[in-house]
Amino acid sequence: MRNKLSWFSAPYVVWMALFTVAPVILVVIYAFTAVPPAEGFTLDNFLRMKEFAVVFARSFRLALIATFICLLIGYPLSYFLAKEGPSFQKIAMVLIMLPMWMNFLLRTYAWMSILENNGFLNRMFAALGIIDLGNLINGGLNSLCASLNEGVLAWLNARLGTALLLSTDRATDMTYFRMLYTQGAVVLGMVYNYLPFMILPIYSVIIKLDNSLLEAARDLGASSARVFRKVIFPLSLPGVLSGVTMVFVPSVSTFAISKMLGGGTKLLLGDLIELQFLGGAYNPYLGSAISLVMMVIVVVCMYVMNRFGEGEEQAVVL
Amino acid sequence: MPKELIRLSNCTMAFDDEVVLDNINLYINDKEFLTLLGPSGCGKTTTLRIIGGFQMPTSGDVFFDGVRINSVPPHKRAVNTVFQKYALFPHLNVYENIAFGLRVPRVEEQKNEMGKVLSRRKVKLSEKEIDQRVMEMLEVVNLRGFEKRRVTSLSGGQQQRVAIARALVNKPKVLLLDEPLGALDLKLRKDMQNELKRIQKAMEITFIYVTHDQEEALAMSDTVVVMDGGKIQQIGTPEDIYNEPKNAFVADFIGESNILDGIMRSDGVVEIFNRQFACLDSGFEKDEPVDVVIRPEDVDIVPENEGQLKGTVTNVTFKGMQYDIIVDFYGFKWLIQTTDLSPVGSRIGIKIDPDGIHIMKKSQYSGMFGDYSSYSEEYEEISDAAYEPGEDGQEDGDEK
Ligand SMILES: Nc1ncnc2c1ncn2[C@@H]1O[C@H](COP(=O)(O)OP(=O)(O)OP(=O)(O)O)[C@@H](O)[C@H]1O
Ligand SMILES: [Mg+2]
Repeated sequence: MRNKLSWFSAPYVVWMALFTVAPVILVVIYAFTAVPPAEGFTLDNFLRMKEFAVVFARSFRLALIATFICLLIGYPLSYFLAKEGPSFQKIAMVLIMLPMWMNFLLRTYAWMSILENNGFLNRMFAALGIIDLGNLINGGLNSLCASLNEGVLAWLNARLGTALLLSTDRATDMTYFRMLYTQGAVVLGMVYNYLPFMILPIYSVIIKLDNSLLEAARDLGASSARVFRKVIFPLSLPGVLSGVTMVFVPSVSTFAISKMLGGGTKLLLGDLIELQFLGGAYNPYLGSAISLVMMVIVVVCMYVMNRFGEGEEQAVVL
Repeated sequence: MPKELIRLSNCTMAFDDEVVLDNINLYINDKEFLTLLGPSGCGKTTTLRIIGGFQMPTSGDVFFDGVRINSVPPHKRAVNTVFQKYALFPHLNVYENIAFGLRVPRVEEQKNEMGKVLSRRKVKLSEKEIDQRVMEMLEVVNLRGFEKRRVTSLSGGQQQRVAIARALVNKPKVLLLDEPLGALDLKLRKDMQNELKRIQKAMEITFIYVTHDQEEALAMSDTVVVMDGGKIQQIGTPEDIYNEPKNAFVADFIGESNILDGIMRSDGVVEIFNRQFACLDSGFEKDEPVDVVIRPEDVDIVPENEGQLKGTVTNVTFKGMQYDIIVDFYGFKWLIQTTDLSPVGSRIGIKIDPDGIHIMKKSQYSGMFGDYSSYSEEYEEISDAAYEPGEDGQEDGDEK
């Protein structure tokens, strides 16, 4: 049988060729091209990447943390949502999707003003006395650590010849908590922006679970916890896998979030790449090489994960 | 003396004010094969779900071994279910599906003489024991060699048997089966019927079996419960149900029946079409209007002048074992089964032995069943189903 493309698919083929295939080819070509004035094929762009190992590590670490938190929030949320009445589910879904209808930058700006030193959260904390409480706790911790240093640790250090010391310089005169421009804020931004991508696939798998399977498990003697472990969770794995993919991939390559919420001092991969194309470090050859490596790593990760979850995936399709 | 195992007592089930089960009273004996039989939507599955613990009756009580179990959850009942659509776990292979119940840790209770619980501990079967029982069960349902197969790659009949094995392997006291053979072809169905009956006898398990196939019910059961509209219409042995139907619904649902209006003139004498027939029934009031059931196979065809009733053959259908003929008696059409061909249009007489006549009290179902006037049209309707009503109108127009 000939697998002929119909004429109707032509627009999509053109579209894909123009906007997906061509750019990838360009990236590959650039990545292996020497930076002018030198010419020709080179691997230099890849060799230079050693300098950025720390950025790679940071990006993957933050993306992993964000993905994990999304999973932690998204799974139970999807699970309990799927048990609610249909009208409740509809409203909840709209609420979950609502932020997505707003521009990504706007949402992130909103978080900036919330997390600022004299932003909404800090003013609320101050009003509630939580900041004073923080100072108090820090002071307490400081004196506790000081006495530990003099007591147990001094004894240990003398015995073992070590120099262990607990820090005693926690701030006790804070007027605000520093939240903006921290890595925590970056993770928060990722979680906030990509959580719906975790919830939707998990929810749609759980909602489709055949109730008679759960009844069968109960019928065979399984307690609620066992039904969850042995039936619901394994059958929802395909949703988890696609949720993880859909959160991890944009998280690892994000750039605006780290700039706006992280202060732009600790670069992420996305920032690094942006810098090579638009920023002062203008070097699209290096930028292409970084992009290529990142794409390869992500694709390999996803491939491995999907192989791992293949069995369950089939199970749900059938 | 059979021992009572399960009792439903005044069980009513309503969903949003819609009464689905209406005051069901039923007891089921140990090691009995009991069948719930009735048309679609009559509440069979709901009854089963109440016994399985998946639904609480709106009112009424469920007893197991004399203990009220209304609020005991399914996983704590000594009952296993073969679900209407199998409900096999798609992520597990055949072996693990069957082993599912065996892998659940059981709570073992130690009691003193007074029946008070002294200690509880969780026990798990060893892998060896599990393996042995799964293999045993695979043997029983004839699926040796399939243990590693994905359940989704099995045929309907094989999935069916996995579902039965998965439930039976736990050696439940009671097995609930919800139309387990519904998806199978006739041949496999008959085989599985025998197989199930054999398993039930061998393992000495109480079976509560749901079907809407009356032949299946008669062939397999010790007791048949005929249901309609959320009510039990009759409980009895297959013979009772067939020979002594309680009302027109049961008579019509179980096998073919001609149901006629009659008047009881005295004990053992019933009048149909103004002619008196001898019968074996008694205990009715004099001149009480009744429903009379005459099974198609209980009618003897005789030459016209020797018949108690005389009629014209209007339709003949060859059925393999016999002919189904429709005979018009004074405007009322009967179904008669005979091995001798009487051609359409011929005049015949019939004779009915007293034991071929069964008298029933009038009920809400009187007059609704047992008339074969529409018999031939029924077939035409089916073959004409594709025609649009508009076309009929056109034909009418042409005739005028
Ligand atoms: N959860 C429910 N909510 C509302 N109505 C229900 C529910 N379950 C069953 N019913 C209704 O109860 C009636 C009996 O249903 P049930 O499933 O017991 O029928 P059944 O005899 O098993 O039919 P079938 O042969 O088609 O399986 C039907 O009218 C059905 O619509
Ligand atoms: Mg049913």
